[in-house]
Amino acid sequence: MKYIVCIKQVPDTMDVKVDPETKRIVREGVPSIMNPYDYYAVEEALRLKERFGGTTVAISMGPLQAEAVLREAISLGIDEAYLLSDRAFAGSDTLATSYTLSQAIKKIGDFSIILCGREAMDGSTGQVGPELAEHLEIPIITYVSKIVNVSENQLECVRLLEDHYESLKSPLPAVITVVKEINEPRLPSLKGMLKAKKATVPVWTKSDIGGNDAQYGQDGSPTKVVEIWRPEIKKEGKIVSGEPDQLAEVIYQALKKLGAA
Amino acid sequence: MEIKVNKEKCTGCKICVDVCPVGAIEVDNDGKPFITEKCNLCRLCVKECPEGAIETTGEEKKKADIDFSQYKGIWFFAEQKNGKLSHVAYELLGISLKLAETLKEEVCGVVFASNGKEMAQELFNRGCEKVYLVEKENLDEFRQDIYVCLMTELIKKYKPNIVLASATMIGRSFIPQTAARIKTGLTADCTDLAIDPETKLLQQIRPTYGGNLMAKIICEYHRPQMATIRPKAVEEAKIIGNRAGVIVKEDYVSFNATCRVDLVSKEAVEQTIDLQEAEIIVSGGRGLGDGKNFDMIRKLASLIGGAVGASRAAVDSGWIPYPHQVGQTGKTVKPKIYIACGISGAIQHLAGMSTSDYIIAINKDPDAPIFKVANLGIVGDIFEVIPKLIQKLESQKQ
Repeated sequence: MKYIVCIKQVPDTMDVKVDPETKRIVREGVPSIMNPYDYYAVEEALRLKERFGGTTVAISMGPLQAEAVLREAISLGIDEAYLLSDRAFAGSDTLATSYTLSQAIKKIGDFSIILCGREAMDGSTGQVGPELAEHLEIPIITYVSKIVNVSENQLECVRLLEDHYESLKSPLPAVITVVKEINEPRLPSLKGMLKAKKATVPVWTKSDIGGNDAQYGQDGSPTKVVEIWRPEIKKEGKIVSGEPDQLAEVIYQALKKLGAA
Repeated sequence: MEIKVNKEKCTGCKICVDVCPVGAIEVDNDGKPFITEKCNLCRLCVKECPEGAIETTGEEKKKADIDFSQYKGIWFFAEQKNGKLSHVAYELLGISLKLAETLKEEVCGVVFASNGKEMAQELFNRGCEKVYLVEKENLDEFRQDIYVCLMTELIKKYKPNIVLASATMIGRSFIPQTAARIKTGLTADCTDLAIDPETKLLQQIRPTYGGNLMAKIICEYHRPQMATIRPKAVEEAKIIGNRAGVIVKEDYVSFNATCRVDLVSKEAVEQTIDLQEAEIIVSGGRGLGDGKNFDMIRKLASLIGGAVGASRAAVDSGWIPYPHQVGQTGKTVKPKIYIACGISGAIQHLAGMSTSDYIIAINKDPDAPIFKVANLGIVGDIFEVIPKLIQKLESQKQ
């Protein structure tokens, strides 16, 4: 059994601050982090190994700096990690990204479950998991909230949809994307951190993973970003301060006017 | 294509360092910026540089003009629940009709159902011209492999120009696989769409980087142009009367669809809250300080007939379950009244609620960003103001 986790390094956008004078986003010192949803995928891979045996592998596509999140995965207990990095991958949309990941996964080989977070915090598309499954020609189960059992060639799991859970059985290998409620991610151990420091993280370029040149990077990306801008925030409304009682009255009157009180 | 800083033109103002959404621009020893390999070619810096000192080199390969004239029509996947169309189906019809005004192409719904004729009629009554219908027992139930197969084959057979679906869990599950099978582009979670009047290309507009930036995306050299649309982001098509339309019925058997994954059982999510249907939402955030203080929020909500929402901070603290989360990584809502209690208004939260009709924000901090989107901003302590408000509402009810 081999469990492969796909992780992404993302800018820590949630801490973004806007300079009140220039209205620009202050980027200074904003660190890159592991996509928060990917911790659940890493944790679930570790639990699969603990429950059913096997090995765990983490892969990431990105610049050389993305090695940091792979080392972090190793510190959490992942056995081996590979970084997919090449100028030729720049400008990849989700189709090219998922193709690149699929080529690396084929090279690693002998996999049973591929795990992804439900989406990445920066792009928030959630498309790479399902597209990856298509490139690998294996089933995909999105929004998995529980893994019930894994046998030689079958996965039993529970997935979340808008208003219900489904219990599913899938043949292996398969791709799953996981939601938060699947587990509680662990913290790295001291031993893990030492291991992560010493580990070698091989860097694979396009020539290492083969495949069709035209499906990589910008050439392999049907979508193109043509414009990017900062959204305008609606202008300020009425701001009221005062005694709690007055304030409650202001809200009450507003609710009354809106027909809610 | 590559992006480079022309150091002769650069004045060292470092605006580009600030605007780069991925932090790919660093400052060299000479005080001038350079672009690292983190760059994802978004070109925001090229646009924002006041000196025009950031240049793109090695222009991308110009692809041969491909003839897409046989690709016609605006399709949308009409999602349904237990044999009834979801409101998102009407939203997609609404935006499709808007696109058709400029594009002058037919608007077609795609319905997979056990019995879809009534659904088709409801779409016709709101302006849809044609419905591609596949019927089979139990087809109301979402099955990834089956839906991907049906959608892919229909697209291959009829060659639509545009295919839309809602960015619901179902749409976000099977549409990406469909796009990958067809090898075309797909833009996730759009909040608006338009047709470029000159090129006639579909302009797909979506928030990115946690709602900090908006991106306009096109798919020039592949068809169909595909996008998922965030629920509640666009207006529903309205009923215009009893109208006739064309039903194109496809024989399920002809698709040879097989499902690799078996459905064993289904279970309703406990305590379903349909935030997206609620007309009033009362949300709590970090300012509540503790999960038990959500009781106050629940009480206020029940007094005015509202649902309970929460910020990511409150959900991450374990005070309330994830289905209540409003924001970029939670639900997008557009109620008539949204009351934000003790929510500072991180951009990721604003992305999920700022289009609400009337926003009331209660926060101690007068500089809280939530006040920027509020119609009524109350600078005060939620633990003082809300109990008073609850008192008033209760006494009025008596």
